[in-house]
Amino acid sequence: MNTLLIVLVLVLAAIAIGQVVRVLELSSSVSGKDPNAVTDADNNRQGWYMLIFLFGMFAFFLWNTYDAWGTLLPKAASVHGAEIDKLMAISMVTIVLVFFVTQPLLFYFSFKYRGNSARKATYVEHDNRLELMWTSVPAVVLAGLILYGLSTWNTIMFKPPVEDPIIVEIYAKQFGWNARYAGTDNELGDAGVRNIEGVNVLGVDKNDMQSMDDVVTSELHLPVGKPVLFKFRAQDVIHSAYMPHFRLQMNCVPGAVTQFGFTPSVTTAEMRADPKLMAKVDNINVIRSKRGDEPYTFDYVLLCNKICGSAHYNMQMKIVVESEEEYNTWMKSQKTFAQTL
Amino acid sequence: MSDMHTENSEFAHSSIEANPTELHPRHEDHGHGDHGDHHHGHGDHDDHHHPKPTFWNTYVFSTDHKMIAKQFLITGMSMGFIGMMMSVLFRLQLAWPEQSFPILERLLGKWAPDGVMDPSIYLALVTIHGTIMVFFVLTAGLSGTFSNLLIPLQIGARDMASGFLNMLSYWFFFVSSVIMVISLFVTSGPASAGWTVYPPLSALPQAIPGSGMGMTLWLVSMTLFIVSSLLGGLNYIVTVLNLRTKGMSMTRLPLTIWAFMVTAILGVLSFPVLLSAALLLVFDRSFGTSFYLSDIFIGGQVLEHSGGSPVLFQHLFWFLGHPEVYIILLPALGITSEVIATNARKPIFGYRAMVGSILAIAFLSFIVWGHHMFITGMNPFLGSVFTFTTLLIAIPSAVKAFNYITTLWKGNIRFTPAMLFSIALVSTFITGGLTGIILGDSALDINVHDTYFVVAHFHIVMGLSAIFGMFAGIYHWFPKMYGRRLNKSLGYMHFWLTFICSYGVFFPMHFLGMAGLPRRYYTNTAFPMFDDLADINILISNFAILGAIAQVLFFFNFFYSIFRGQRSVQNPWKSNTLEWTTPVEHIHGNWPGEIPEVHRWAYDYSKPGMEEDFVPQTVPMKPDEQSGH
Repeated sequence: MNTLLIVLVLVLAAIAIGQVVRVLELSSSVSGKDPNAVTDADNNRQGWYMLIFLFGMFAFFLWNTYDAWGTLLPKAASVHGAEIDKLMAISMVTIVLVFFVTQPLLFYFSFKYRGNSARKATYVEHDNRLELMWTSVPAVVLAGLILYGLSTWNTIMFKPPVEDPIIVEIYAKQFGWNARYAGTDNELGDAGVRNIEGVNVLGVDKNDMQSMDDVVTSELHLPVGKPVLFKFRAQDVIHSAYMPHFRLQMNCVPGAVTQFGFTPSVTTAEMRADPKLMAKVDNINVIRSKRGDEPYTFDYVLLCNKICGSAHYNMQMKIVVESEEEYNTWMKSQKTFAQTL
Repeated sequence: MSDMHTENSEFAHSSIEANPTELHPRHEDHGHGDHGDHHHGHGDHDDHHHPKPTFWNTYVFSTDHKMIAKQFLITGMSMGFIGMMMSVLFRLQLAWPEQSFPILERLLGKWAPDGVMDPSIYLALVTIHGTIMVFFVLTAGLSGTFSNLLIPLQIGARDMASGFLNMLSYWFFFVSSVIMVISLFVTSGPASAGWTVYPPLSALPQAIPGSGMGMTLWLVSMTLFIVSSLLGGLNYIVTVLNLRTKGMSMTRLPLTIWAFMVTAILGVLSFPVLLSAALLLVFDRSFGTSFYLSDIFIGGQVLEHSGGSPVLFQHLFWFLGHPEVYIILLPALGITSEVIATNARKPIFGYRAMVGSILAIAFLSFIVWGHHMFITGMNPFLGSVFTFTTLLIAIPSAVKAFNYITTLWKGNIRFTPAMLFSIALVSTFITGGLTGIILGDSALDINVHDTYFVVAHFHIVMGLSAIFGMFAGIYHWFPKMYGRRLNKSLGYMHFWLTFICSYGVFFPMHFLGMAGLPRRYYTNTAFPMFDDLADINILISNFAILGAIAQVLFFFNFFYSIFRGQRSVQNPWKSNTLEWTTPVEHIHGNWPGEIPEVHRWAYDYSKPGMEEDFVPQTVPMKPDEQSGH
């Protein structure tokens, strides 16, 4: 019944609009005018709308930035992340500047040169000097951005090998994460899906002596200031290990091992004391208390960022960055692979 | 020349047999002595036998490019409606994740028990929304409509080189659309692995229900789609190169035609790669091969597959996928060039630079696909190369943007709805292009990859720009298609609501991305760190719903005006191009008499020394007239 009513109302609305349109068109053709011709008055009105839109868009942009500022990610919690943030800031300033120059040109010209039947446009075909300018200026600016970007990329990806980074395997499956530490020998034992059996959910090879001291955990702990080398594996489909606070992301691909090296620079405790983050958390807790949810305490987190199935939206692992002593204490409390067998 | 004619005649003869309505066999013409380097199908076509027009060969299995264009348009619009409604449904879910909406249960049935959407169908909606919008609306709907309508009309040809292939192209597209729609109704749900259908997720029904029958139908549908696209594309290229009328040199082509031709070349070179990617995926899914699969443990057991690489699929997919962006965008830019010049009453600024930048963008689009894969574990050195080539694209894009802006400068702008949409396109092209500089930079991509920043970027630069181009094209050439006018006031209302809502939806998404919010999340409530983004998501959804409602104005205007709209005059926009020299009523062969000869480029608007502010291409040059074209 409801559906019928809705359909009926929609049909009547369509007929009503149709009749209004018809009446308007007929009345203007009776008065000898072409109802759909664009008049000077139209041009004037639309030209003004263009100008108003420009200001509206800028106002929306500024309000949006102001409104969302507190929701953005806190400062980078890794050494390379700080570099990425610097590059991001410079690139953002550049593109926002270009945005604030080109959009006004577009909408202001639309407004300024709104049509008028008494006027004629100026015939201009091309201007090689102008075109050379807007080919070469973007080229120079981009060259700068490319050089800066690539140097950052190369330092992140090809940094010289560090003496003994902590090797941690990040293991992804539908829909959860595990970490495997390389243990006292700092060598990960062999592993493969064909060894998965019972508690050995990561498929670690029992016959490889190097795997005996490996430590499999469901929480990721890292000592601050120590280089870490992540090795990523996936068991079923592609996942992506995304640690936004570290500015770190790498896909986990079944059948391959990918890697990412970095150094965490801010402990969980330090980050919780960061004023910007505290404001964000307070705001979140106001929202949560209104909904009657548990209060939120900040933690670094690992999210899946490659569509991987129905529960993709809830595939997470807690990350703790702590002092080396705390890290060592935690590590001692974990069972080695040999102990789980 | 005579060789050319022999070849053409053979070609025409063979297609005549298959196609009784073929219009323009290139018979020897005695009317013109000077063929120069232009060959054109002309002459009085009354000599030829036409089959009696029936309902079937006029409206259904038509080989007339104008009818095929309308078929593409209506099919594309229908698919667009479905794709848009899907986005409304998943925006409801994203803004009000726990709320029950009876409409969801009504539309999605078992996938939305008690009006709350199931996570699997959320992913299916996102997937099919992307597939439909990228391929069915903005590839076939846009290129199919306007390449078909405008190529013969603007170059002065009686029809496409092969009307029969053209008809096949439409019907492959139609069947492909039908199969895609059917896939929405299978028990296990439609394809759900994202529009990029990365294996293993898309290869294994154990991984997600949509990778069962739904994915099979997706692959069948896309295969037919690719056939359609190739048949259409080859036809467009051949037609532009061979059937231009006398005087229509390449440097006198309207920019629309340049854009359509280059688009077709991109499609012909890149779609076969997607076909091979899809075929290998079919093999992996159905015949136990291991092109993309290796070392997989799922559903409690180890699969036999060994030695494949999922990243291989991504290389093949994006080898099409990136040119695809320009397959979508270039026709919109072509349409905009024409609409802006016509309505600014000024020549398009820097015609040669515009052609050059189309070619440069097209070339570069083939060597940037890796920027979709910076964090797949691909060698970082490759990442550097792709960063370099990707950021280069900004240069020809900047040239285009500045040339559009300068075309407006000192113009006498007539704000038709088409013109408004074209200006909006330039705005979104700039806004979206700028964020491309962030995403194309591999170091920055690490942290915003696959977040809402990407969703914002590509919807603005590709989705909005292309759909605005399509709207501009529809408003501008509606009189050519249907002989009637769209209502101006409804057009204005439709434009402003659409434009405002578009920015309202996609602008705030940049901030979601910079807050680290991943795309393709069914709900953000699993992470308290995203709780403060809920308000922004509600704002976005409100704009999305309003924007969708605004499209009712367009659909109404469109279908109402087909039947009841004001009748159009022959050249309603006082335009220079050849399509406006054809009669308002569509006739077979486009021009009743001889095909007109072209004497100038398409952009002599407001030329000094001329009485009117436009000079059609058919007007001979005055003895003392200056022209570089």
